[in-house]
Amino acid sequence: MQFDLLINAIIAGLMLGAFYAAVTSGISISFGMLDIVNIAHPGFIILGSYIAYIVNVQLGADPIVIAIVALPAFYALGSIIYEIYYRSFEKHGQDSLRGLAFFFGLLFVTEVVLNMVFGVDYRSVNVPYIGGSLTIGWMEFPIRMLVPAVVSILMFGGLQIYLSRTFIGRAVMAVSQDPQALQLMAVDPIRIKRIAFSISLATASMAGAFLIIIQPVIPSSGREYIGRVFAICVLGGLGSLPGTLIAALLIGVIESITSTFYGPSWAPAVSFGLLLLTLAVRPSGLLGR
Amino acid sequence: MRTSVFTLILILISAALYFAFRTIGNDYLFFAGYTVLQYVVMATAWNILGGYCGYVNFGSAGFFAIGVYSSVFLHTLADSIDDVVPDALQAPLHAIFPLPLPVMVVVGGIVAGLVGLGMGYLTLRLRGVFFAIATLALAVVMETVIVNWSFVGGSRGAYVIPPNDVPFFGPYIQFLFVLMLILVVVALVTARAIERSKLGVGFATIRDDELAAEASGVPTLRLKLIATVVSGALFGMAGAPFPYYIGYVEPGSAFNLSYAVNSIAMPMIGGTTFWAGPLIGALLLGTLQQVATVTISSAVNLLIVGLLLIGFVILAPKGIVGLWQKWMGKRAKS
Repeated sequence: MQFDLLINAIIAGLMLGAFYAAVTSGISISFGMLDIVNIAHPGFIILGSYIAYIVNVQLGADPIVIAIVALPAFYALGSIIYEIYYRSFEKHGQDSLRGLAFFFGLLFVTEVVLNMVFGVDYRSVNVPYIGGSLTIGWMEFPIRMLVPAVVSILMFGGLQIYLSRTFIGRAVMAVSQDPQALQLMAVDPIRIKRIAFSISLATASMAGAFLIIIQPVIPSSGREYIGRVFAICVLGGLGSLPGTLIAALLIGVIESITSTFYGPSWAPAVSFGLLLLTLAVRPSGLLGR
Repeated sequence: MRTSVFTLILILISAALYFAFRTIGNDYLFFAGYTVLQYVVMATAWNILGGYCGYVNFGSAGFFAIGVYSSVFLHTLADSIDDVVPDALQAPLHAIFPLPLPVMVVVGGIVAGLVGLGMGYLTLRLRGVFFAIATLALAVVMETVIVNWSFVGGSRGAYVIPPNDVPFFGPYIQFLFVLMLILVVVALVTARAIERSKLGVGFATIRDDELAAEASGVPTLRLKLIATVVSGALFGMAGAPFPYYIGYVEPGSAFNLSYAVNSIAMPMIGGTTFWAGPLIGALLLGTLQQVATVTISSAVNLLIVGLLLIGFVILAPKGIVGLWQKWMGKRAKS
């Protein structure tokens, strides 16, 4: 019977989904809460992967540790990008078309630069636990999936607590709803948005490290995540981190089952099909406002 | 200027260009020129939806690839009628196939237009940003379908051997070049006609304030659907001759992200509200890329496109046309 195959596909899917949650958390903040359509996010994730790759090859450090060390750098990069975005686009009112083109250009430039520096060969990191797997009965947990999944869930939980419990976190949630009211509370909405955007970009550092632990990376790897992250973000409901997590797990499981039973080449179409369906049937997503 | 006069002028310029190239007599000129002209069509097609209506299409490569693969499909079908078609249909099909390339272009346009209509129905009721994301997703879905469809080559790709020579034109590339010139004329005339008609005014109201337009009785959904269909059809027509140009098609080259980037960057750099904007942007960027590919490397030319796109959206939001108008305005004042 294919029962154990199905169970293993679901387990693999849940771990994959946890990883997708980390990839999507940044978009969930920037797109869902700040209304900044940062389609360059996957490009920065790949940048994170390559940083993990260089340091790992040079010093042999663990990619996740490297990613944590690199967090401030990504945070700073996020501040710079938000500043440019704010000055050139947001300040002058609604011109999402040019903002989109701006981020699209950033995505493309990141990819081309990585291509020129590292070439188009697949790169991977060297960590002792990559080959191993944890077996419980006939259930199998490959460690290269398990480690990113666990750290990802921890990060996700941390973000959720930060956003719902701290003052700045709550201000971030508020800025998407009513920036004027926030100003009345003596909070500068621009500052809050900059902090939130920087946090969203910092998650790319972590997600990049997870990605290169899970699979080898090439500069164009980011592309297949563009649609997927937005699919998850929209499916979960904009601005809802718990919704994002549920949607990420759901898409992970569906993709995993599809690739187990129908072949991996069909997996991408599933999540995008689901996205188109969501947009057509329930644009507000699972836990949308 | 009347549309008929405009069309005539464009045709004259095109003819002059062709005979000038022919006098120089270098086939490479036609190869490079074809690519630039293809970009003119794509930039104009993108601009009808993106520039006039303000709906960003990231899935340009998908629509282009529909045109490409409709030609591959027809070509493969022509070669394998005896194997895949029921006996009764073989004789009539043999009479029709192989289809002449201009017919394939029309077929590619129709198929891509229909896909545009379907996508419009699915997504245009939503805010602009969702539309942009959905187009991106659609391109990936289509690529997955093509990768898994072995009849048109799947992920291995398909060989399409072009005929050697054509009467009058000589080498096949000259024929393709002229075909693309005609498409450029069609695209520019369409764009200019839209711009000057009631349709264009309707598009502009959608771009400026969709809610207000809807409230004033502008049939926004219908207008947007017209825009997606026209834009999609032009993309499909630009893609249809591509297999014969390149000789070997695989999903990676037909769905290349650089098509999407270029068809956004060119109108943005040229100027999005005027038919000449995409033309200027495409001629400039297209030629620049051809030169950069030959003299430096193809990676560098993509970098140039990306940086120019970022630079222009930040510093010159109205593109070259906008800069020109500003400069003319200043001169008129002083």
